[in-house]
Amino acid sequence: MTKKNIPEDKNKRDFLQVSTYALGAVGAASFVWPLINQMNPAADTLALASTEVDLEQLEEGQAITVTWRGKPVFIRHRTKEEIASAKDQLLDGLRDPQTDEERVQNEKYIVLVGVCTHLGCVPLGQKSGDVKGEYGGWFCPCHGSHYDHSGRIRKGPAPTNLEIPQYSFLSDTLIKIG
Amino acid sequence: MSKPKFKNPVVNWIDYRLPIFTFMNHELNEYPTPKNLNYFWNFGSLAGITLVIMIVTGIVLSMNYTAHIDYAFDSVERIMRDVNHGWLLRYIHMNGASFFFIVVYIHIFRGLYYGSYKAPREILWILGVLILLLMMATAFMGYVLPWGQMSFWGATVITNLFSAIPFIGESIVTWLWGGFSVDNPTLNRFFSLHFVLPFVIVGVVILHLVALHRFGSNNPIGIDVKGKQDTVPFHPYYTIKDLFGLSVFATIFAAAVFFFPNFMGHPDNYIPANPMVTPAHIVPEWYFLPFYAILRAIPDKLGGVLFMFGAIMVLFVLPWLDKSSVRSSQFRPLYKLFFWFLVIDCIALGYLGAMPAEGIYVVLSRLATAYYFFHFLIILPLLPKIESTRPLPVSISTPIITASSNASTVMAMREKK
Amino acid sequence: MRFSKLVIYFFILLNFFLGKIALSAGKVIEYPDKNWSFSNIFGTFDKASAQRGFQVYKEVCAGCHGMRLISYRNLAALGYNQDELKAIASQFEITDGPNDDGEFFTRPGRPSDRFASPYPNKKAAIAANGGAYPPDLSLIIKARPNGANYLHALLSGYVEPPKNMKVPEGMYYNKFYSGNLIAMPQPLYEDGIEYLDGTKASPDQMATDVTTFLAWASEPELEERKQLGITVVLFLIVFSILSYFSMRQIWAPIKNKN
Repeated sequence: MTKKNIPEDKNKRDFLQVSTYALGAVGAASFVWPLINQMNPAADTLALASTEVDLEQLEEGQAITVTWRGKPVFIRHRTKEEIASAKDQLLDGLRDPQTDEERVQNEKYIVLVGVCTHLGCVPLGQKSGDVKGEYGGWFCPCHGSHYDHSGRIRKGPAPTNLEIPQYSFLSDTLIKIG
Repeated sequence: MSKPKFKNPVVNWIDYRLPIFTFMNHELNEYPTPKNLNYFWNFGSLAGITLVIMIVTGIVLSMNYTAHIDYAFDSVERIMRDVNHGWLLRYIHMNGASFFFIVVYIHIFRGLYYGSYKAPREILWILGVLILLLMMATAFMGYVLPWGQMSFWGATVITNLFSAIPFIGESIVTWLWGGFSVDNPTLNRFFSLHFVLPFVIVGVVILHLVALHRFGSNNPIGIDVKGKQDTVPFHPYYTIKDLFGLSVFATIFAAAVFFFPNFMGHPDNYIPANPMVTPAHIVPEWYFLPFYAILRAIPDKLGGVLFMFGAIMVLFVLPWLDKSSVRSSQFRPLYKLFFWFLVIDCIALGYLGAMPAEGIYVVLSRLATAYYFFHFLIILPLLPKIESTRPLPVSISTPIITASSNASTVMAMREKK
Repeated sequence: MRFSKLVIYFFILLNFFLGKIALSAGKVIEYPDKNWSFSNIFGTFDKASAQRGFQVYKEVCAGCHGMRLISYRNLAALGYNQDELKAIASQFEITDGPNDDGEFFTRPGRPSDRFASPYPNKKAAIAANGGAYPPDLSLIIKARPNGANYLHALLSGYVEPPKNMKVPEGMYYNKFYSGNLIAMPQPLYEDGIEYLDGTKASPDQMATDVTTFLAWASEPELEERKQLGITVVLFLIVFSILSYFSMRQIWAPIKNKN
């Protein structure tokens, strides 16, 4: 190897070797992706990501709890008084101000994720004998959060209102959650 | 080397307190390696990489697997159908087992051909045989986990081997099963052991490497390294060579995983385990076939088990059976011949292990088994007494096999220039 | 050295094929090779055929054979859209429960449901079929050697038994079944069903279609696997070539010295 052609040789070498190592790195990185992706929800889990619920049997004043994505969803057929009390509430003084109209699609039915926004307990208030809290909606027994007929936080440590899942009415009494 | 070993001051700071970079530099970078290694020396690093692939895919599979007889089969199918890339991970793991054995068997036969087990590398060899044993145990238990027909009946047959032990055999089998047949407790403990044994293998592999780096690699000529002129630093010479070997291996492996994933498997294992019905032909995975042939060749239950384990045990004492001071087959014409006989014998045993145990196959199995032990126990100890080895070259740098002094002087002069 | 290399390569290959030799050793019946669209390395499933095959399964096989690993949603891979899937699923009665009263009830199927099973459990299936269990078909193509050809041959293998052979009650003669006596009566007859797409329902057509469908059910990942495989193998070939020349280059000074 004479001195004269060293630079050219070196360039060629760098190119070849660098592209080899780069390609090797790309290959190794793409092998890592399946290892990570396998932890994402699987196809059968995603297939259960939406639930359809028939509300025809649900009479005024009754509530049902359905399971959606492993969490309880509260659906309550509200009485006229409950609707009125939820609607009449002034926004002043609410911790997480929202009108009842913002929280329902059909005012007869309130649909909520039944998980307290404080630390994830399931509030009471679905069964007729349950403690419903000072505002008549739901009451979380873990740390004493009180929710009203619209699922809004009124008293206690929870920071926000009960979450509204994504849902739509497929007919008057058939809803699809998710 | 001058005082600041590394250009990067952070690396230097760390290395002063924790000499990990010095260690890596010493063992992976500068590490002097004979410069005449051929491609058969790739299979050691390939085995290491395959072990890592198996552990990594195994860990992610275990995140999706359920070790319960009612759910194991379905959880594997869920991996195949619903888990993101699950089919890919499972097929890599499943075929990886076979490829691991292909690589390791070539690695072992390379050691046999070039006499890599001889002094001072006896412990290196023994650790390798230990790794093989652990691999076999791990592979066997892994095969049980999908809980298909072959899983179940393989587990039943292999665990029953222990019942051949006099007096306490039955108790040992009951203990292995945790019940009165292969059942849920068996599956649970096999899963646990299948998960943990690979890490034990990693531990032994580390010892294997420590022993290797004590005297460095053997080489195709089988003579000791005489000085710097015989070696090259491991990096970049053998890192690039190992990378090339890996890329070729990965291509073949990928072709199997993507295009023939069930080629080395058995269709019966896609039938859920049924303790009431044994499949018509039960055959172990191909890598156990030679041992299976030995097991069946012996007409006695205990004898068969002893000979089967003996086939591996004999490898442990191999360094003391082969007394020849010459390592490489290149200079041992007779040993070379017998080496190839052994290769053929092992292939024959593999073939016979897959055949039904009847008629001519039984006779051939017995002959092949007898020859296997004859090779190790009779031929190897006697060979040095009758073999006239060919003259060894002076050093690796003068690898003229004719060892004509003329040629070596010419070489030596050329190097001076 | 060259010779020994050759022998080693031979050894590798031979070991590779040992398993297959082993499998074929006990087998005497040869099945005609149907050259399936999914069997080569670029292979894909014939979707129209698989849809027809689903119809055959639904109208003929599903009376006795379950497919417990398949969900209606999986049929999307055969080209059905979401509405069609819902319509298909709702044709089936699914047992669900227990409800709030602690009782099991039936409801129309949803896409996320597994295929409805013809029998409540395995014992019931065996009892209803005179002691022979109609195997679940979810994995049948993978669970039989040479599965696709085997199944097609089996479905087409009902012929008159040889004169001197006595076929017992409840058994049927099939020239491709091991032992030739099978508990399953001939399932496919000329125009046994009426294909939705108007294809003529000859027994061979139905056997081909249902085999395609079941091959898909056994290996739903097949198309994705082969496509990804081509990319990966091409990538690795390029990588092998590059690393080979890098290796040559790095070793050049050492090799030249010798």
